Amino acid sequence: MFKKVMAFALAGMMMTGVMGTGAVTAEAANDDVMELTMYFPVSVGGGPDALIDALCEEYHEENPNVKVTPVYAGSYADTRTKVQAAIKGGNTPDLAIMFSIDLYSLLSMDAIADIDSFCTTDADKEWLNGFYDGFMMNSRDGETTYGIPWQRSTIVLYYNKDAFEAAGLDPEQPPKTWDELREDAKKLTVTENGQVTQYGIQIPSDGYAYWMLQTFCVQQDGFNLMNDTGTETYYDDERTAKGLEFWKSLADDGSMPEGIVAWATTPSDFLEGKTAMMYHTTGNLTNVKNNADFNFGVAMLPADESYGSPTGGGNFYIFKGVSEERQQAAFDFIKWMTDDERVAQWSIDTGYVATRPSAYDTERMKTYAEDFPYCLVARDQLEYGYAELSTYNQAEVQKAIDDAISYVMTGQQDVESALATAQQTADGILQAYR
Amino acid sequence: MSTAEQALIRPQMSAAGSTVSLEHIREKAKKKKWRTSIRAWLLLLPSLIFLGIFTVYPIVQSAISSLYKDDLTTIAPIFCGLDNYKGLAADPVFWECMRNNLLIAVVTVPASIGLGVLMASFSHSLGKKGKTITRIGFIYPTFIPLVAAANIWMFIYTPIYGLLGYINPNWRLLANGKTAIWAIIVMLIWKQAGYLMLFYIAGLNGISREVFEAAELDGADGFQKFRLVTWPLLKPTTMYVFIIALTSAFKTVDHLYIMTKGGPGNATNMLLFYIYQTGFDYWNNGKASAMTVILVGVLLVITAVKFFYDDRKAYYHD
Amino acid sequence: MIKNVKIGTLFYRTVMWILLALCMIPLLWVIRTAFMPTSKALDLFAVAVPTLDNIRHVFETVPFLQYYGNTLLITVLVLGVQLVLVTLAGYAFARLDFYGSRVLFVVFLAQMMIAPEVLILPNYSLMVKLGLNDTRIGIALPFFASAMGTLIVRQTIKTIPIELEEAAKVEGASFLQVLWHVYVPLLKPAFVSFGMISVSYQWNNFLWPLVMTDSVGKRPLSLGLAMFAMSFETGAQWSDVSAATFLVCAPLLILFIVFQKQFIESFVHSGIK
Repeated sequence: MFKKVMAFALAGMMMTGVMGTGAVTAEAANDDVMELTMYFPVSVGGGPDALIDALCEEYHEENPNVKVTPVYAGSYADTRTKVQAAIKGGNTPDLAIMFSIDLYSLLSMDAIADIDSFCTTDADKEWLNGFYDGFMMNSRDGETTYGIPWQRSTIVLYYNKDAFEAAGLDPEQPPKTWDELREDAKKLTVTENGQVTQYGIQIPSDGYAYWMLQTFCVQQDGFNLMNDTGTETYYDDERTAKGLEFWKSLADDGSMPEGIVAWATTPSDFLEGKTAMMYHTTGNLTNVKNNADFNFGVAMLPADESYGSPTGGGNFYIFKGVSEERQQAAFDFIKWMTDDERVAQWSIDTGYVATRPSAYDTERMKTYAEDFPYCLVARDQLEYGYAELSTYNQAEVQKAIDDAISYVMTGQQDVESALATAQQTADGILQAYR
Repeated sequence: MSTAEQALIRPQMSAAGSTVSLEHIREKAKKKKWRTSIRAWLLLLPSLIFLGIFTVYPIVQSAISSLYKDDLTTIAPIFCGLDNYKGLAADPVFWECMRNNLLIAVVTVPASIGLGVLMASFSHSLGKKGKTITRIGFIYPTFIPLVAAANIWMFIYTPIYGLLGYINPNWRLLANGKTAIWAIIVMLIWKQAGYLMLFYIAGLNGISREVFEAAELDGADGFQKFRLVTWPLLKPTTMYVFIIALTSAFKTVDHLYIMTKGGPGNATNMLLFYIYQTGFDYWNNGKASAMTVILVGVLLVITAVKFFYDDRKAYYHD
Repeated sequence: MIKNVKIGTLFYRTVMWILLALCMIPLLWVIRTAFMPTSKALDLFAVAVPTLDNIRHVFETVPFLQYYGNTLLITVLVLGVQLVLVTLAGYAFARLDFYGSRVLFVVFLAQMMIAPEVLILPNYSLMVKLGLNDTRIGIALPFFASAMGTLIVRQTIKTIPIELEEAAKVEGASFLQVLWHVYVPLLKPAFVSFGMISVSYQWNNFLWPLVMTDSVGKRPLSLGLAMFAMSFETGAQWSDVSAATFLVCAPLLILFIVFQKQFIESFVHSGIK
């Protein structure tokens, strides 16, 4: 009788085994078509997934022997987590769009192939040289190219022209310097019965806090938070402190909310008229354009000693550890994707900056820009574009400065000691790479 | 259990006839126990296989991994002794997580137990309709997934648009390092009290009517009845519920993914979420393993306390 | 007895009713937002005809049916295996006096306290080695053995008179027949209350599927919801998120409200204390 019990239990376990292997055999079935796995940083329902699906489908129709299967892994951070895990688990994907700043983390895992080696013909080299320099900064390590810019952005100033008028400011004159920003923000802050009903400005301090801090750093003659080999950070530099203090002072003035300003609700606040200005990614342009029921403007970020904004967004990567044949196929796909017309269409559909100057010469882009000239602000700002914070062990080094910013913004620590701690933490992590 | 064994032994006894010596019986009883043991182990085997693979082996594996340096850059793990533990001791984030865990345990456990027992006895004192309404109203949060609950509470806490925003649009509870953890504690109590109430409903049903009636005859009022009769009689339930609440205070982290990611700074971070961040975001396997060992250690100590308590109780009562 | 209803009692009752109202607020709030037209969602006092637009929009943008299917599959699989294993193990602990029983009991107790999600890191590495990451079976496997279920069954069996088993044996029933015909019917309340706990556990489960799944097709409901809620780089969409949240909560809530009486009675009689 016990045999029966055991047989039943074993059958159960074998069933689980069968189901496990079932998935594997199903995948191996169509051998003649090369299937490339591409991680892509978006959640389903986020929007761009449908566009990417369509592009992959189109590529498959033109190239029946290659099929690119996108894996939608969530946010940039989620995608990095998943790809790291896949590589460590020996499941290396063929290609991915990942945060441009994941470059050094991927390099330290010896996970990505350099793009230059695939560019054998003159046409290839011309293609590679055809991207904006501002975007290539986060795509190279020294002279070697590892990433191809795809969905890239900068930070711009969005402002509510109606609110400017109401406050007696010229709606065609957005603030151009830090001082003007401070004064305008004060004037734009509206208080009723002791409660603020409209803030002058919101600069988000969660999620991409380091990115916002970088704006205040690079505006000081291009001082950046890190070196260009990903081994040093300058968190405790006095210019970093100056930038963070200026940012915090906007809250102290009462023209920005106290504490953490949320990345996710800042655009809603702007559209609802709860803040008259905001710093946000150009990736938000289409959203604001479609939903604002007031006149709005887009401008370059106000300058201190110079204009400046870090770039941001995602690059294509090709991975090591897969066959050369597959790498070559991935390379061909990327080249196809970054063709001028497709880059232009992607920019129009999403609000990201087109990554190639030549894309702005296409008919469709010209027509679009005529209709909506603000789409060019981010491109023009690229002249003052700087590399986004990118180091080895990105996640931890970035968290160190993000934490420091939130300690300062919530009043738990003063600027100096928060930045000193952040630098200490970063040094501890980066030591191994120097 | 002894009855069960006698039941099994009985038929053989009669078959063995009258030639039994004491020695023989003892020998047979031992054999019997061996046979029963094999049987029991066979019954337990399927469970044990899974326990072995997914609980025991991973704990051992963590203990081993915690002695190796294994992060993004190391190709093959390098033995490093207790370095990972030393690193933790010097890691302020680790200590902040431990403090937060402790705070959450110290606040949510008594609060949910107190509310749980109050809600159960209140519900118990009501008529049929009242019972139904209070049970649904208090217990439903148990059946809402924590990530879903986190979404709902996000929308309560979000300044300006959230529900609390209508009271004061400038309350930014989750944006402030001092208030964020309390905002989360309120949600956790809301989620947990109803679950504990379930156990107290079961406990209260185990107390006979006569006990209450006797207390009433002695002139005890509502509060005295609770203090002198209900609460002491619920002690076993409380002990069990206490362990459940205490261990879950260390295991409940899903909401952080939605609400704060452990921030502002690390003001709401907890050990298990930090393990997730360290292990999967930063891919520092060694450090994450060391923290896993510590967390398992904490939970095992709690288990041991419960086991010895039960044991002592069994000693006095059986 | 009227004199017993003193001011203190009155106060206590009032407080408890207020507490009940407070407890209900989050549910009412999410339902309200889920069915409120987007344009009015942010106005607390807005009155509007309930709309299904938000729900429809969620279904159009997110493969929620797939998520439901995945969660259902995982839940049923886990519960099915658990019920078998838990009955066998619970019987052994309740009725058999065997060598090693104390040690094994502690091992079971430890599993109950530690729970597989604490061991995400080593369990994930193991799944990768087995090639089971990003599979639904991989998500379910660590939960097949349940210490809690075993303990509940053990407690319940202990309350069942041994004579029933003996009587069945005298009539020549095999062990499995005894288990099936004598114990299983009497274990029903235990199965119902444990089933409810197990189902809500899987419905809740988040961290483990988060690390285990890569592809959209394998995601359970909880993870799909979280990904959806976090997907708005351009700002939170409260109406959609509330609608999705409602969709995730509704099945279990309805199940609980409809079977509330049976569930609590089972819980009371299942020997969980």
